[in-house]
Amino acid sequence: MSTAAVIADKFLPGLDRVPVWLNDPANWTGPNGLLERIGQHLGYSVSAVVVALLIALPLGLVIGHTGRGVFLVVGLANGLRAVPILGLLLLLVVWLSPHLHARLTVPGLIPPGGFAYIVPIEIALVLLAIPPILSNTYAGVQAVDPAVRDAGEGMGMRGSQVIWQVEFPCALPLVMSGLRSATLQVIATATVAAYVPFLGGLGRFILDGQDQLTNLRYGYPAMVSAGIVVAVLAVVVDLLLALVQRLVVSRGVAERYRRRRGVRAVPEPA
Amino acid sequence: MIRFESVTKRFRGGGIAVDALDLEAPTGKITVLVGPSGCGKTTSLRMVNRMVEPTSGRIWLDDRDTAKVRPATLRRGIGYVIQQAGLFPHRTVVDNVATVPVLLGLPRRDARRQALDLLERVGLPRELGERYPAQLSGGQQQRVGVARALAADPPVMLMDEPFSAVDPVVRAQLQDEFLRLQGELGKTILFVTHDIDEAIKLGDQVAVLRTGGRLAQVATPAELLSHPADAFVAGFVGRDRGYRALGFAAAGELPLAHEPVVTVGDALAATPPRAVDGWALVVDAERRPLGWLAVGGLGEAQLSGPVVEDLLNLGGTLATESGTLREALDAALSSPSGRGVIVDEDGRFAGTVTASEVLTRIERRASVLRQEAIESAAAEVIALQP
Repeated sequence: MSTAAVIADKFLPGLDRVPVWLNDPANWTGPNGLLERIGQHLGYSVSAVVVALLIALPLGLVIGHTGRGVFLVVGLANGLRAVPILGLLLLLVVWLSPHLHARLTVPGLIPPGGFAYIVPIEIALVLLAIPPILSNTYAGVQAVDPAVRDAGEGMGMRGSQVIWQVEFPCALPLVMSGLRSATLQVIATATVAAYVPFLGGLGRFILDGQDQLTNLRYGYPAMVSAGIVVAVLAVVVDLLLALVQRLVVSRGVAERYRRRRGVRAVPEPA
Repeated sequence: MIRFESVTKRFRGGGIAVDALDLEAPTGKITVLVGPSGCGKTTSLRMVNRMVEPTSGRIWLDDRDTAKVRPATLRRGIGYVIQQAGLFPHRTVVDNVATVPVLLGLPRRDARRQALDLLERVGLPRELGERYPAQLSGGQQQRVGVARALAADPPVMLMDEPFSAVDPVVRAQLQDEFLRLQGELGKTILFVTHDIDEAIKLGDQVAVLRTGGRLAQVATPAELLSHPADAFVAGFVGRDRGYRALGFAAAGELPLAHEPVVTVGDALAATPPRAVDGWALVVDAERRPLGWLAVGGLGEAQLSGPVVEDLLNLGGTLATESGTLREALDAALSSPSGRGVIVDEDGRFAGTVTASEVLTRIERRASVLRQEAIESAAAEVIALQP
């Protein structure tokens, strides 16, 4: 066994403390409890994904429709994927936060004085969420059958009508899968908010626990439990989005057809 | 009426797709643009609804200069059918058909009701309206494509190889129904195909384009077959054009021979006296021809039963009394007895005709045409003299 493993074995509370920790109502409720942290975590994540969607979706649709600015998808989006988010976050905190003086507070989400620090984490998470949404939207529009687009234009749809009435609905399965993968990444990554002063989220447990590993209440059991909650949260949100996808994607595009009793495919009249 | 006035399309890079095209597609008629690939026929079609902008020249729809109408407005007034149908996969069939009326501001409910009627018009059951395009066969998709183009009742239709992506049997069916529909609707249609047979079958007028986007000849199908303007058109119109031209020549009154017939179900033993040269024509109870019976080939033992359809030779084609010389000749050539079967309008047996009798007809017609050609050539020579 390595030295670290020996130490862990000897001094850390075992994994059996994790269910005990999760079962203790005191860890869930109250200030700085799990529920409040989950709320913050979702708050940071959802707002970042929404902002990313508002940027990447129109951009992807327009790039796919016009074929102009493809370098943005290939270069920028793929470049962003390579950015180390934690490094970027700390850089933004150092550079940007001292210049932000707005006093916006949102109870439970942005504490007094926290606005200067919420902006860096949001920027970092938005930059993380843009690439999958942008490249999937672009790919989805690109994959639309040219004959379908041609028919739309030939029937007298204007450019924006072709985008919203033809290309977007056809690209929707790919757009949704981009959105889902962005959301997964953002929820998993939003733990880094804990590195920023004033901010919470589930990362708080993980970061704070490192200084007091053996503490049964704030140490190792809390860290592992918070990690599990992050994973469950990501999966639950993904399932919700899968449900949304089922509702918004046309059955004709998803090739999910309603079964009808007694009516089979009508044969070609002979 | 669609009128091309010295329309040229030059692509960036200098290639010429369409070169000074002058052409008029008359109101209520089908004008077919046909030619080899790269002849600019699709480009010409797409310039009418400004999917492609001409480099120079004008295109008129009646007295409207298309260049002066906003593209979206122009296109909503022109039916557009393309090769792969191009149906919107996310919309049901009925919503696909309702597209243009909804774009024009018709309430969706009214547009849908109209769309269902149109489905019937193009030969589809209304129940198909709730399906999605991917649930339909290729032929059904093309019908929906035609219904969608007709939805706003445009006077002009552009059709770009609409039937070329389906198999030959379905294609022939679609073509026949298209002609029937056009008989009812009388639209001004510009139709693009690379298939000269389709052009000849569908066109009231056929425009042959050659590579480089130059018009080689505009003529009726019959004239195209009998008087190709030059070697290119002759080559493109292809083999058998002498024979195919007969498809435009009415048979007129053929000398029909009487033929004793056998009704299906009669005793076989009764057939030999009714056979001529060993073959007897078998008809059903309504006197509709079913096929030929080789009486000479039947053994003693077989002569005991009734005449059943399994015994018949079905090789012969039928020609109608009001049909063409081509049908009549084909009926005679394909008949196992050598006697072509002619039926009346209701499909009942009218008489038989032999190939030599049809050929006599053809020869007589050809000599009249030759005489006319000589006279018109002479008239031209006289006209040219100073």
